[in-house]
Amino acid sequence: MKLYLHYLSLHMKTIMQYKGSFWMTSFGQLLNALSALAVVWILMGRFGQVEGYSAGEVFLCFGTVNMAFALAELFFRGFDAFAGTVRTGEFDRILVRPRNEIFQVLVSKLELTRWVRILEGAVVLLVGIGICGIRWSGVRVLGLVFLLLGGTAYFAGLFLIYAAFCFFTLEGLEFMNILTEGGKEFGAYPLAIYGKGMLAAFTFVLPMACFQYYPFLYLTGRSADPWLLLTPACCFLFLLPCYVFWRFGVRRYKSSGS
Amino acid sequence: MSNTLRSYLSFFRLRFQSGLQYRAAAAAGVSTQFAWGFMEIMLYTAFHRGAAGQFPMELQALCSYIWLRQAFLTCFSIWMVEGDLFDLISSGNVAYELCRPMDLYGMWFTKAAAGRLSRAALRSLPILAVAFLLPKPYGLSLPAGPAAFLLFLLTMAMAFLLVVAASMIMYIACFYTISSLGVRIIANAVVEFLSGAWIPLPFLPDGFRQAAELLPFSLMLSLPLRVYGGDIPPAEAAWGLLLQVVWLAAFLLLGKWMMSRALRRVVVQGG
Repeated sequence: MKLYLHYLSLHMKTIMQYKGSFWMTSFGQLLNALSALAVVWILMGRFGQVEGYSAGEVFLCFGTVNMAFALAELFFRGFDAFAGTVRTGEFDRILVRPRNEIFQVLVSKLELTRWVRILEGAVVLLVGIGICGIRWSGVRVLGLVFLLLGGTAYFAGLFLIYAAFCFFTLEGLEFMNILTEGGKEFGAYPLAIYGKGMLAAFTFVLPMACFQYYPFLYLTGRSADPWLLLTPACCFLFLLPCYVFWRFGVRRYKSSGS
Repeated sequence: MSNTLRSYLSFFRLRFQSGLQYRAAAAAGVSTQFAWGFMEIMLYTAFHRGAAGQFPMELQALCSYIWLRQAFLTCFSIWMVEGDLFDLISSGNVAYELCRPMDLYGMWFTKAAAGRLSRAALRSLPILAVAFLLPKPYGLSLPAGPAAFLLFLLTMAMAFLLVVAASMIMYIACFYTISSLGVRIIANAVVEFLSGAWIPLPFLPDGFRQAAELLPFSLMLSLPLRVYGGDIPPAEAAWGLLLQVVWLAAFLLLGKWMMSRALRRVVVQGG
């Protein structure tokens, strides 16, 4: 942990050497985040509801997914850029060091410009909470924190799979984008609007609905079952197969030779 | 003159053919774009089910719009960049490019256009074919009429040139900023949103929509895609075509001017 904080401060220092670039990228992130929000805003403004879900409920989903995604990108960005690490042979160097290789990939890159998106997600989430008029209790606050952590774990798991594929293909798989970027885009709405089949797929195959749909059923009072708050646990379980796949990749790893 | 043209053509061919080599990437792209289009259509039909009356476009026209955009994504997305052009600028290797006996702007324009076209050549056909076969309102329909189809082809070609000219401005802006990331992210947000890539422009609220349609970005994607499905009648499309010509001239002049200014004071970093 101490080492992690040390790396964090190193990354901070590097970025602050290029202040102009940092602020420009942050500004760009802000513009992108705002236009993504504008799309949802415009659609909800025009139609008022989607399959019975109100604008407030959509904002809850949008805020949660965006915040979880940005958190995952901030801390697990190293996996996103992993194709380059494998191709350049940088991973050989990582393997010979006496530290866990996942830790080293994690600290190789921290995308600090994502703070803008975390902030945006948080604001939208709060607005959604305000509109929905959630009645708070200690359990519900814990539930909210738990589902945000679950969402971060979910996206981190996807990044891990993405990185593990790089062992076999040496190149980032474009298809994963539909799960990561697409998950962010289409997960901005309650997943139930895509129909029962889609909801089942995003429950049992990829547990995205476990953090952005089921817990909110209880939080918004659609369901009286408090156990729904525990569904984000599936996102943590999801990390297990991701990790196994990663280990499998590491064992099969052959240096690209460059 | 014919000599210059020939060298551009061979340059284009070279670039186009090297782009065709990435077949596995294209296969991955096709499946991604197909899944993306599929999800997008599911999203809009969910809105349509609840409030068909408030829909600003025919559902069929919207689905055609979505599929055409996915099929030609590599042609029209401003973020589909030629990474090596950015590298040339930030690494200083642009010095070698300057030694070549060709106009730099023309050369890069050819490069950028060929890169986009070669990617689209591999990806568009499978997506279009499958989209044609999908059941009625969800697939790609036939064009609204022969006039609409002709105008679609013309406005599409012009939109493509406009996108390349706009991306040239983005490349050249990197002479001034060195790091390309910020420029790219900002351009991405502005152009994608205002060209109707993230949400078709008819969905925008009144006032906002008219403003977006006045800007050149709507000519870069929205116009041809809406002409195809009949959402924009042919007479209006012809007017749009004229505007495209004017804006293309403006973009070309701006790009060339920016480049000549940047080259006058170019500092090559390191050796």
